[in-house]
This record gives sequence, structure tokens and C-alpha cells, in this order.
Amino acid sequence: MTNKKVKVATVSLAGCFGCHMSFLDLDERLVELVEHVEFDRSPLTDIEHCSSDCDIGLIEGGVCNSENVHVLREFRKNCKILVAVGACAINGGLPAMRNHISLEDCLNEAYRDGIGVENAQIPNDVELPLLLDKVHPLHEVVKIDYFLPGCPPSADVFWKFLTDLLAGREPSLNYELVHFD
Amino acid sequence: MQQFIRQLAQENDFQSTCLLKILRAIQARYFHIPKAAIEQLAPILNIPRTQIQNVIAFYSFFHFEPRGKYDILISSSITDLMVGQKELIAYFAEKLGVKIGEVRADGVVSLNNTSCTGMCDQSLAGLVNGYAITKLTKARIDEIVENVNKQLPLEQWSRDFFKVEDNIIKSGLLLNQKPIQGEALKAALERGLKETWEEISVSGLRGRGGAGFETAMKWHYASEEDAEQRYVICNADEGEPGTFKDRVLLNSYAHSVFEGMTVTAAFVGATQGFIYLRGEYLHLYDKLEAILEDRRKANLLGKNILQHGFDFDIEICLGAGAYICGEESALIESLEGKVGIPRNRPPYPVTSGYLGKPTVVKNVETYFAAANIAIHGGEWFAAFGTAKSKGTKILSISGDCVKAGIYEYPFGTTIQTVLDDCGATDVLGVQVGGPSGTFIANNEFGRKLAFEDLATGGSFIVFNNSRNILDMVHNFSHFFAHESCGFCTPCRVGTSLLKKQVDKIVEGHGSAGDIVALEELCQLIKNYSHCGLGQTAANPVLTTLERYPELYQNMLKKISYEPGFDLDKSLETARRLANRDDAAAHLAQVEE
Repeated sequence: MTNKKVKVATVSLAGCFGCHMSFLDLDERLVELVEHVEFDRSPLTDIEHCSSDCDIGLIEGGVCNSENVHVLREFRKNCKILVAVGACAINGGLPAMRNHISLEDCLNEAYRDGIGVENAQIPNDVELPLLLDKVHPLHEVVKIDYFLPGCPPSADVFWKFLTDLLAGREPSLNYELVHFD
Repeated sequence: MQQFIRQLAQENDFQSTCLLKILRAIQARYFHIPKAAIEQLAPILNIPRTQIQNVIAFYSFFHFEPRGKYDILISSSITDLMVGQKELIAYFAEKLGVKIGEVRADGVVSLNNTSCTGMCDQSLAGLVNGYAITKLTKARIDEIVENVNKQLPLEQWSRDFFKVEDNIIKSGLLLNQKPIQGEALKAALERGLKETWEEISVSGLRGRGGAGFETAMKWHYASEEDAEQRYVICNADEGEPGTFKDRVLLNSYAHSVFEGMTVTAAFVGATQGFIYLRGEYLHLYDKLEAILEDRRKANLLGKNILQHGFDFDIEICLGAGAYICGEESALIESLEGKVGIPRNRPPYPVTSGYLGKPTVVKNVETYFAAANIAIHGGEWFAAFGTAKSKGTKILSISGDCVKAGIYEYPFGTTIQTVLDDCGATDVLGVQVGGPSGTFIANNEFGRKLAFEDLATGGSFIVFNNSRNILDMVHNFSHFFAHESCGFCTPCRVGTSLLKKQVDKIVEGHGSAGDIVALEELCQLIKNYSHCGLGQTAANPVLTTLERYPELYQNMLKKISYEPGFDLDKSLETARRLANRDDAAAHLAQVEE
């Protein structure tokens, strides 16, 4: 490994930040990690946009609106390796439960017909990203190189995956790291 | 309604095993299963309400919401697509003034697609209130629309619409025999049941549904089990697209089939038999009931059959539109009034089948053959065929050929011979064994019909060079996604993902990694699914990908990636609701 640190960017799209929280469960291993890794765009750094030479992009959450699409594309463009992290990124997860209901019904329930709604109207400020009619997993919008399963993936999963990549090995997760019971 | 349901339950002795029969009657009368009916049925049948709801949700022919008084279903089998199904159903919808899948506002008529109805030799086919209609053309559709709009009772419609032809083109060893009315039973009883079993064993008869289990072994296992009651079931849930030979056997050789069941029952010691008739063959029901009645009168069924001291009777049970019920353990579940989810095996039905009792489940054609073997002996049958596949096989041939219909061949016959006989020229390939079978290309026509080479339940669909193989793959992957029973994740999710992935490639959104992803998905579904449906659901992709990799490759864009759906279009609803059309309210389709 050269001395140059590997650049890692992270983001949460239609997710709950649970995967990021789980990442923080690396605890003292984070100290060892930052010896080899430099964080680029990430909620951990508050850097707003990816540098053009990121090595690894970790993405939590699925794609539910136009902003998610733009952010995902920025990651794809700037990261050599793009990783779908957690159930929502891989399958759409919890937010995708709305896929069984039409978007119109969802918005009407939330902003027009719901109990206690005042000044009922569908938000239409141009600053707001528009919702896609369905929530999509990441790989339906851009090419994804790796998938880390789990809700959330445990800190050990992040550790094994990143240390494999850093050591130049093909990442591999054994059964203990991905089983659910 | 309360009175009606009470009566219905009473007629069925309040048995929950008769749930499908009861629901069929309710659906026919009210065009759906009303909530009140569920509430009323649950306590009197002594089953949970959820079991009834489950059953309604599971079977295609039951509905929570009313269908039209005339519920019209059009078969979307690949053979129907070949005669322009898409265009014709669109024409039908337009003339009726109803959207496909919906009920017309006046509640008179509903229209939808349905899986293969077993009429592939007389496409375009469909069902009206469960009754088969064939050879639909625009002219015929016009007449039907007129009848519907006049609300003419079904009985007054032209009988021509409901005409179902046998189309037996080539008879062989078995089809040349006259229908049997007691001869097989007499021969078996005179020879001795043990000796008759030996004849079946000598004949080498294997199951004709496709899996090919030895018939004699099944009889043997079922008879050996220690049990007070045993059952004999005839699997007439002929749902594999492209298969229709059982329909013909039941139409013209039902006596022989019933006799095969009776001989089986005599040997294994069963007193009750069932024929599980797919719902799509409702048109055969009355005829089969009459034949059973004749046989009871002739003492070929009922008590003390032919004064030989054994009792046996057969009940006809109708399915309700579920391909999976052709799998024997799912069929048994369905007979028990439940959703058709395949059981864990072992135990196999021969040891623990219907109501947990030893049960022989065989295909229509197997019983048909067994009856003839009981008369003519095992050697007579075994003289035909190959080392491991004795006798003959009845094929249902459809697709691009001059004479679609029923053909009987000794096992070991080459595909080329069959193609020559049915008048198929300029052939691209043949789907042998239906969607769950194998696609063979035109350099493989020397291959043989036999369990050793190409096993088939009878489906044989010919494609000529004007056809696009990917259209077929597309149709078959949609079929499996629709018919997956939903029990195991690899199949439930896998078949849907497979459908999506095939759609993506066929619709031209595929790119470099998509074929690899497709193959991985196929292997996953094949290796991890619970039953045969999932294990074979990827066959259409796998067998064509192996033969025509370039066909798939050519569909791919020369880019590394493209999304499989139209991103900008998926913002349309939100744009409309927010009344926006600014630049930020749009997304470009980006390729990588």
C-alpha cells in the first residue's frame, strides 16, 4: 500500500442514517482506519461535494426523489468503487413500502386529506426535490460495484469489507457476517 | 345470500376440504366472494377466516371485488401471442369499452389476460365465466360483444364459440385402442392384482406428467404403508403452457382414465379417488360426471365393484386457476381446501398424501396407459420406446406448424420426425416440455423424446424463423412471476426480479453487466427454490442464453450502464401534483 490515503465518500439517500450509525460502531477501529483512509464528502466531514478522485463511495438508502438521483450520479462520477450499503440501498427497504400505493394517494394522505392537516396543499416550492413515483434500489439507477447487506450492516461488515479492499483483496463476507438470526 | 351459503355448506357436509368448490359456486353467483360470505363460512366450516381469505387471494379465479356478469379472460400463452393476442385483446377491450384488467362501469363485463388455457391448437382462446371459447377472431369478438351488450344468457350464445376440437392427428399404440369400459378391470381381476402389478412393472411405465417416476413403484409404496385409508388422485391440472393432451384424453377416453384409476385403487386398497380438473376445463365437468354415473350404474365404480368385494368411487374437484397445483403436493393441499403451496418432501404423497394418508398421484395419461397395460400386458407396452423410456408418449403440438394437435409417438422418436409430421418448415427451434422445459435449436433436431434425452410432459411448441426468441423468453418469465405461489423467497422475489431483468434487456435498456446479473439471478432461483416451479423458472433464459448468447448481447447498449426505467417519466405524477415544469422538475436519462 502506498502512503497516499484512500479517499472515502459517504451519503445517506432515502435511508435513516442507521447504516452510518452502525459505521460509527467501529469505535476505536476508526482510529486505525483513518490512518489509511481520508473522508471526502460525508455527513462526518460536512464536505458538500465529492472530489473528482474518490476511491470508495458508500451509499446508504434507496432513491426516492430527484435530488437522490443527482447525488447518486455525482458519486458514480467521482468514485472508482460504488457500494450499496444496507437493505434500503439494495432493495429500496422501508421507504419502498410506498411502492404499493400510488404516489398521488400518498401525497394526498400526507398533505391534503390527512387528519389535522391545515392549509392543505401539495408542496410546490421549486427548491424541493420532486418524488419519483416509485422508490428504487441504487442499482436500478447507476451501476453498483458491491452490496453490503444488513439492516444495518454491522460494524464488523464495514471493517471486513474496507480492510479487504485496502489490502487489495476481493472483499468477501462470511456467513457469520451476513446471517440474520 | 345467507340461505344460499348455508345450503351450499350443507351440500358439502360442512367439510372444509370442499372450500374451493364452495367458493367457485359463490364466485359464479355473485361474481366475487362477498365479505359477508367469508364471515359466514368460517364458523360453519370450522376454519379461520384468514384461511378463506388466503384461498381467495391465491387462486386467480376468485375475487374480493366483483368481476363483470360476463367475466372474459383471454389466454396469453405464447401460442396465443403468435396469432396476435395483443392486438385482438386490445380490439376486444375497445369494442367492449372496458380497460384490460378492469370491470366496465355498468358492471356487465370484465376483461383480463389469463395463463394458457390448454387450447393452444385452437388459439386465440379464452374463457367466458369459466367456459372455454376458442378460435377467436375479430368477427367472433364482434359477435361476443353484441351478446354481452344484449346481456344474452350464455346458454343462448352460438355453440360454435365453445367448440373444443380434439385434433387427434397421429394415433399410436394407446390412442388406437377403443375406450375401455370394464375390460381392464376384468382383465386385472382375472389375472390377479399382484400379477397385474407385475405387468405394470414389466411395462416400465413411468409418470407422464414430466418427472417420470415409475408407476409400479408408486403403487407398491402406497400399498405397503400401514393405513386405514388410501387415496388415488388423477392429476388433470394440465397447466404447463402448450400442453392439452389431457383435455383430449378426458374428452374422448375418460372411461379408460377412470378405469386406470380404479385398477390402481384395487391394487393399493383405496376406496376414494379424486380427479383434480383444472378450472379452465370446466366445459368437461358435466360430461365427466355423466361418465362417472354410467360407470356406477355398470358397477365399475361404487360398492362391491364387479362383485369382487372392493369399493371405490371418484369425485371430480375443479381447480381455480393456479399453475402450481399441478405439483402433486400442492394439488393435495388444494384438494384439502387450502392454498396450493407445495409441501416439504419427504414425506412423499405415497406415504403421507391427502389428509396424511398414502396417496397415489398420477397424470391422466399415466392412468390411461395403465388401463391399457392391464388389458394387453406389460410386454405389449414395453415393446415400444427406449431402454429407460418404455411405450409411447402423447404430445400436444402447437405453434408454427401446419397441423397443430395431438400426436402419439414411441419414445426415442427424433424431433425432426415430429417436425416433419406436423408440417413445420423453416424452423428456428422447439420448446420441448413447456416453459419449464428446454428450448432446442435447429441444429439439435436429431435429439430424441425420452427421459434419457428430452423429457416432456407433452408440450411441444414450434417456432419458425420469423419469431423472436426473446419474445418467448419475455412471455415465459412473466408467466412464472405470475404463477409463483409466493411461499419461498428465492422463487417469489427471484421470478419477479427475473421478469424485470428480462424486460430491461428486451426493451433495450440493457448494458454490459446485465447479462452477468441475469445469469447469476437464474442460478440463484434454480438452486435455492423450494419446488419444481422455481427450480425450472429460469430455464427459458438459461436454455436460450446457452444457445443464442449473441442474441442477448446484441440487445445491449454499448455502454457500461443505463437505468432500466424512464427517470423523467417517473417524476410525472409529482410534477402534475406540484404543478411544476421548471428545469429542476425534470431528470435526464444518463448513460455511463
